[in-house]
Amino acid sequence: MSEPLVFHYDIDGEDFISAGQASIQIKKNLRRIGLSPEVIRRVSIAMYEGEINMVIHAKGGTADVMLYEDRIEIILADKGPGISNIEEAMQEGFSTASDTIRSLGFGAGMGLPNMKRYSDKMTIDTTVGVGTTVTMVINIT
Amino acid sequence: MNDYQHSVLLDVNKCTGCTTCLKHCPTEAIRINNGHAVINDSRCIDCGECIRNCPHSAKKAVSSRLESMDRFKYKIALPAPTLYGQFENLDDVDYVLDGLKKIGFDDVFEVSKAAELVSAYTRTYLKTEGIKKPVISSACPVIVRLIGLRFPSLSGNIIHMLPPMEVAAYLARQRALDNNPGLKEEDIGVCFISPCPAKVSYVKNGFADYKSQVDEVISISDIYFRLINEMSHGSDIESLSESGIIGIGWASSGGEASAIFNERYLAADGIENVNRVLDQLENGNISQLEFIELNACPGGCVGGVMTVQNPFIAKARLQALRHGLPVSRNNLTKEQSQYIPDSYLFNELPEYEPISRLSGSIAESMRMMADIQKLKSSLPGIDCGACGAPNCRAFAEDIIRGNAHFVSCPIKGNESVTVKENDIDG
Repeated sequence: MSEPLVFHYDIDGEDFISAGQASIQIKKNLRRIGLSPEVIRRVSIAMYEGEINMVIHAKGGTADVMLYEDRIEIILADKGPGISNIEEAMQEGFSTASDTIRSLGFGAGMGLPNMKRYSDKMTIDTTVGVGTTVTMVINIT
Repeated sequence: MNDYQHSVLLDVNKCTGCTTCLKHCPTEAIRINNGHAVINDSRCIDCGECIRNCPHSAKKAVSSRLESMDRFKYKIALPAPTLYGQFENLDDVDYVLDGLKKIGFDDVFEVSKAAELVSAYTRTYLKTEGIKKPVISSACPVIVRLIGLRFPSLSGNIIHMLPPMEVAAYLARQRALDNNPGLKEEDIGVCFISPCPAKVSYVKNGFADYKSQVDEVISISDIYFRLINEMSHGSDIESLSESGIIGIGWASSGGEASAIFNERYLAADGIENVNRVLDQLENGNISQLEFIELNACPGGCVGGVMTVQNPFIAKARLQALRHGLPVSRNNLTKEQSQYIPDSYLFNELPEYEPISRLSGSIAESMRMMADIQKLKSSLPGIDCGACGAPNCRAFAEDIIRGNAHFVSCPIKGNESVTVKENDIDG
């Protein structure tokens, strides 16, 4: 099957309380496909971190998860402020999150580093003032 | 584990085929078929939600009768601490223990006493180097099964400590043999007095290579009236209780966790809350925790479906009962508590079973998932349950698996059925 199976989620940026729901949904679907627990865990963590990022920084966005026979591609797209310095953003502990967000236990500066850690390949396409698209690939083997 | 024996029975005559249990089942294990509820055994985790919510009392927990103990020469009762919270104006646990002896038990071994030993060894375990944190309690059998079926990546966090009921059974047998030299192993029968059907299933099935040391499980609600009739309020009763505040505290949510004497714990109860905690834990965003106590029933064991009293009232009574007791009466010396005896540990957890998997082949599962998505979008999406499935997505999955027909949908079922099914095949 060359056509991927696509799961689309709208990430609501207004609703901080329900952030993380898409990650739970994708986890359920991947279990139905019968992928290994380790792959499911990696996808769900990568997806969760991305989801939280979009809610904190970009007032939401969209998540498309494409399942191919050999890999999973996650495309997270938002129309947020963009990332001015990717190298800085990739550093563990670096965060531009507000104090309010931090007081909720988020904004620890582990989002992007974790997304990179749990995916096999990650690319960031960002333009300041326009938005950010993060593409992650996780191999199924 | 398709041959897993459950402890929920349906009274077909009482079941009206309403959709209440369907909507409450956390694993979507129930369907309404031919006018009544049917449970899918491989998905059921014995949480008791269907029993708790059935408005017609058609769902029942299965447990043993007291007479089932007659086959043993020496009978031991293991009361769960929840039992103590069922009685009004009880000011001393000894009245309950004395009552159990009067209804025919030769000895009584409190599960709360064993719980205090489990707490002491859990504190020791938490200091062990190289263990996966946060450590998850193994006391609630529903949780152990739920993690095995749905959260395999967290299996390594479960403490391999036997639940207090099993430790109590082991110690009670030892005590019986020590105190009664003529007694043989097979003469001894151990009976757990249980707040929940999940313990019944646990005893019937064991798990992995472990076989339970309990012989029979009787529900608190079954024994309640017999027991209360035998409970005297005189002063001439034996002093039997050996539990402290910690042991009795295990009956409600947070009791086990607070006994680790470390504020970095989480205690959650109610199956929906538990699912959320496990989902978040799996995503790695609950940090800095040492210990997690999870109970499937609301309020903890006091919320079990085989109890007679409201969980919050039972909890309040237990608080009053605990007042004036020592913190713990485990009587372990500092040296003894340093090493966890092998008899308190189990080896293996049940193997991960991907219950929700559509097919054994990933490619085939993907094809089925694509069909489910397509079919789901043509369903009304109001999740009414009238087709017999809990929601439209589950109904679409049932159709693709070949277990249901599109015509069962009360809204769309009559619309050009043939076209729909052709659509899917093509």
